[in-house]
Amino acid sequence: MGRSLGTPEALAAEVAATGVGQGRAGAGPGSGRARGWRGLLPTNQLHWFSFKSQESTLAGQQAGDFLLRRRLRAVAGMAGTPGPDPPADGGGEARPAWDSKLQYLLSCVGFAVGLGNLWRFPYLCQTYGGGAFLIPYVVALAFEGIPLFHIELAVGQRLRRGSVGVWTAISPYLGGVGLGCFTVSFLVSLYYNTVLTWVLWYLLNSFQHPLPWSACPLDLNRTGLEQECRDSSPVSYFWYRRTLNVSADISDGGPVQWRLLLCLAVSWAVVYLCVIRGIETTGKAIYFTALFPYLVLTAFLVRGLTLPGAMQGLTYLFTPDLRVLQNPRVWLDAATQIFFSLSLAFGGHIAFASYNPPRNNCRRDAVSIALVNSMTSLYASVAVFSVLGFKAASDHGQCLDRNILHLINAFDLPEQSVSRDTYTAALVRLNASQPAQVAGLPLEACRLEDFLDKSASGTGLAFIVFTEAVLHMPGAPVWAVLFFAMLFSLGLSSMFGNMESIITPLLDLGVMPRRVPKEVLTGLACLLCFLMATCFTLRSGSYWLEIFDQYAAALNLILLAFFEVIGVVYVYGMKRFCDDVAWMTGRRPGFYWRATWKVVSPLLLLTIFVAYIALLASSPPHYKAWNPRYERFPSRQEKPYPGWVLAACALLSFLPTLWVPVVALGQLLARCREKTRDPPQDGRPKPRGGRAC
Amino acid sequence: MLWLLFFLVTAIRADLCQPDAENAFKVRLSIRTALGDKAYAWDTNEEYLFKAMVAFSMRKVPNRETTEISHVLLCNVTQRVSFWFVVTDPSRNHTLPAVEVQSAIRMNRNRINNAFFLNDQTLEFLRIPSTLAPPTDPSVPIWIIIFGVIFCIVLVATMLLILSGIQQHRRKNKGPSEMEDIEDKCENVITIENGIPCDPLDMKGGHINDAFVTEDERLTPL
Repeated sequence: MGRSLGTPEALAAEVAATGVGQGRAGAGPGSGRARGWRGLLPTNQLHWFSFKSQESTLAGQQAGDFLLRRRLRAVAGMAGTPGPDPPADGGGEARPAWDSKLQYLLSCVGFAVGLGNLWRFPYLCQTYGGGAFLIPYVVALAFEGIPLFHIELAVGQRLRRGSVGVWTAISPYLGGVGLGCFTVSFLVSLYYNTVLTWVLWYLLNSFQHPLPWSACPLDLNRTGLEQECRDSSPVSYFWYRRTLNVSADISDGGPVQWRLLLCLAVSWAVVYLCVIRGIETTGKAIYFTALFPYLVLTAFLVRGLTLPGAMQGLTYLFTPDLRVLQNPRVWLDAATQIFFSLSLAFGGHIAFASYNPPRNNCRRDAVSIALVNSMTSLYASVAVFSVLGFKAASDHGQCLDRNILHLINAFDLPEQSVSRDTYTAALVRLNASQPAQVAGLPLEACRLEDFLDKSASGTGLAFIVFTEAVLHMPGAPVWAVLFFAMLFSLGLSSMFGNMESIITPLLDLGVMPRRVPKEVLTGLACLLCFLMATCFTLRSGSYWLEIFDQYAAALNLILLAFFEVIGVVYVYGMKRFCDDVAWMTGRRPGFYWRATWKVVSPLLLLTIFVAYIALLASSPPHYKAWNPRYERFPSRQEKPYPGWVLAACALLSFLPTLWVPVVALGQLLARCREKTRDPPQDGRPKPRGGRAC
Repeated sequence: MLWLLFFLVTAIRADLCQPDAENAFKVRLSIRTALGDKAYAWDTNEEYLFKAMVAFSMRKVPNRETTEISHVLLCNVTQRVSFWFVVTDPSRNHTLPAVEVQSAIRMNRNRINNAFFLNDQTLEFLRIPSTLAPPTDPSVPIWIIIFGVIFCIVLVATMLLILSGIQQHRRKNKGPSEMEDIEDKCENVITIENGIPCDPLDMKGGHINDAFVTEDERLTPL
C-alpha cells in the first residue's frame, strides 16, 4: 500500500486515519474518546513532518504507525514554530480540546452575550428612535462585526495558540498586539467581576419579603423616614447607600466595604471554580451559564407581556423615528455597540478557537454566533421594554393617584369620588370654581410619555429602574431572584472568555514550569485579580469602575482590532490567509469577505477611533457624583476629575496599546544586534518559520 | 333666661371647636381605601366611639384622669371623612394644651387605629406625627445566611476538583512510563483503529516489497 506522504494534505489525512494521539492514555482531557476532535498538529509544522516521514519510507518497510506516533512526539517536542515555545499544556501533551462543537459554540455565544446585551442595547434602541436604530446596527454588524469576528476565529483556529502566541507567530513585530489584548483582558476582568459582585449582593438580598429596597428605613427618632431616602427613592437609596456606600467625591476613598469584599471573594471563588482546569471545566459550566439566561428572559417576556402597560411600552419604544439616522452619533454608537457586544479584540475568541480541530468551518461559526448575539439583544430588549412599559404605566397611575389625593384632601370630597379617568374633568371643574386654591396645590404633571422616556442604561437600568419595576410585580422576590441570577450567569459566561484570554497566553508562553499543574496557574491568576479588584470595593469604587470602563477598554480595543486586521491582511498576507481559510473551511472567502477585510473594516475602525477621541476631547472629563448635600439632590452632581485621576485615565488609555510599538522596536533592535553580531550563513536552516522578518 | 344661658354655652362650646382653632386637630379617615368592600359608613355612632377613644387616651395622662366623653368636641365633619376635634377641661371653658393631647394620642395610637380597623396612613391626625413601627429585622440578616450557603458549596466543589486533579496527576505520572516500555518492545499487538485491523502493517510476516528492490541486490558480491 503505497503511502505517498509527500503533501501536507495527504499527511494530515493519514494522521487523521490512524487517529494518532488517541491511544495514549491520559494524553489530555477527554482522551480515549474517538470522536475526531483530537489535537492535530498545525499545518506549518507539517513541513517538518513530511520531511521526516519521507525518510522513513525511503528506509524501507519500517514498523507501522507506532513509529509515526514516535515521530509525532519528537516533532511536537522540538516543534520549531516561530515565536514562543511549543504548546505547553503540561508534560508535552496534546492541546486540550472541546468535548463537542456545541460546547465551543456555547462558549463563544456565552462570551459574546453579556450584560451589555441586556442593559446597553435596549437603551440605545430607546434613545435613537426605536426600530430605526436597527438599520445602523445591521450595517455595522455586516461590515464590521462579522468580518472581524471571522478573522479572530480563523486566526486562532489556524495557529492554535492564545492571543500572544498567535500574533507573535504571524510576525514577531506584531507580538505587542497579543500583549495588548492580554493587558486589556486583565483590566476588564478586574472591573467586570466587580459588577458581578454587585449583582451577587442584590441576589443575596432578594431572598426576603418584602424586598429591602421597597421601603425607606426609619430615621433616628423613628418619626419619619431617613432623609436621604426620602429625598431620592428607596431604590436609589439602597443602591447608593446600602450597596455602594458611595462617597461624594472620587478622591474620598473611604474604607473597604466589608460586605462587598465578601461578595467579591465569593465571586472570584465561583470564577476560579469554573476556570480551574481551563476549558475542561468551563466547558461543563457553560451549558448552564449560557442557556439559563434564555430561560429567564423567556419567563420575563411571558410575564412582562401579560402585565398592564406592556404593549404601550413596546409600541412606544419600538416605533421607528427615521430622522435620527441623520445624527452621526447614532452610527458611531451602533458601530461601538457591535464591537463591544461581540467582545472583539479581547483575545478570548482566539483562545477558544485555538482548541478547535483545524478543519472546522469557522466562517459558519462566525456568522452564526454573531447572529445569535444580535438576536439575543433584540429578544432581551423586547423583554426589558415590556417590563419598563409596565413600570411606566404603574408610575403614571401612581402619579395620578397622588394628584387625586391632593384634590380630595383639599376640597374634602368623598373618597374614591374621583377616579383616574375622571381626574382631568374634576380638575377642570374645580379650577373653574376655585382657581386660587387649586393653584396652591402641589399637583404634578402626569404624562405617560414622560415616564416612558425615562431611559437608563448600565447599572442604572439593572439596579435602579428594573429593581423598582420588579417591586410592583406580584411575587416580587421570585422575579428579583430570577433577574439577578440571570445577570450573574450572563456575566459569568463572559468572565470565562476573559479568563481564557488571560490564561491561554500564559500557558502558551510557559510562564510556569511544566510540572506545576494548571490549577495553580489559574488559582494565582484569580487571586491576583481578586487582590487588585479590592480597590473597587472602596467607597469611591463605582467612580473608578466608570473610569476603567470608559478609558481602559474602549479606545484600546478599537486600536488593537485595527492592528489585528492590518496584521492579518497586510503582514500575514491576504492570499495566504485566504488559502488557510480555504483549507480549514473548504471554500475560499468570497468578494464580500476580502473587501471588508481589506478596506471597509479598517476604515470603519479608524473612523470610530477618531470619532471617539473627538467625543472625549470635546468636553472635559467629568463624572456624576452622588452627593446628599448637593442643593439639587437627588440629581447627581457633575464634578471634574482631579489631576491625578486624569493622569490615571491617560495611563489606562494608552498603556495596553503601548505594547505594540514597544515590542516592535524591541524586535527591531534585537534583529539588528543579531545581524551585526552573526551574519547569516547560507544553507543553515533558520530556526524560525521564515515568516516576515 | 335659661334659653340665653343655653345659647351662650353652646356658642362658647362652638367657638372652642373650629377649624384652625387653638389646640384643635384635624383628623382624616380613608375608610374605603383601607377596607374596600367591607367599609363601614361614618355616622354619629362612629363619632361617639372616636370621642370615647380620645377620652380614653386623655385619661391615661396624669392629672387628666377625669376626662369624660362629653369633654371631646367634634366639628366640621365632611364627606371626605375629615373633622376637627378639641378636648376641653372639666370646666368646659378652655381647651387642653395641644402638647398634652399630642402625647396622649401618640401613646395610644395603636389602640385607636385598631378600634377603627385602620392604620397610621388611613387614620391621619394632622400635626401629630406617629411613632413608626421599627422594621422586624431578623437577628441574622438573611443575606449572610445565603452567602454562607453559597460559599460553602463553592469551597467544597473547589476542594473536590483540586483533589481529583491531584489524583489524576499521580495516575498520569505512573501511566506514561508503562506505555513507553510496551511500545519499545514492539510486541505483537494487533491494534484496531477505526474498525480496521492493522494486521497489514504488522511486520512479523517479513514480506518483501518489490517496489523497494534496490540496485544493490543485483550486485551481490560473489
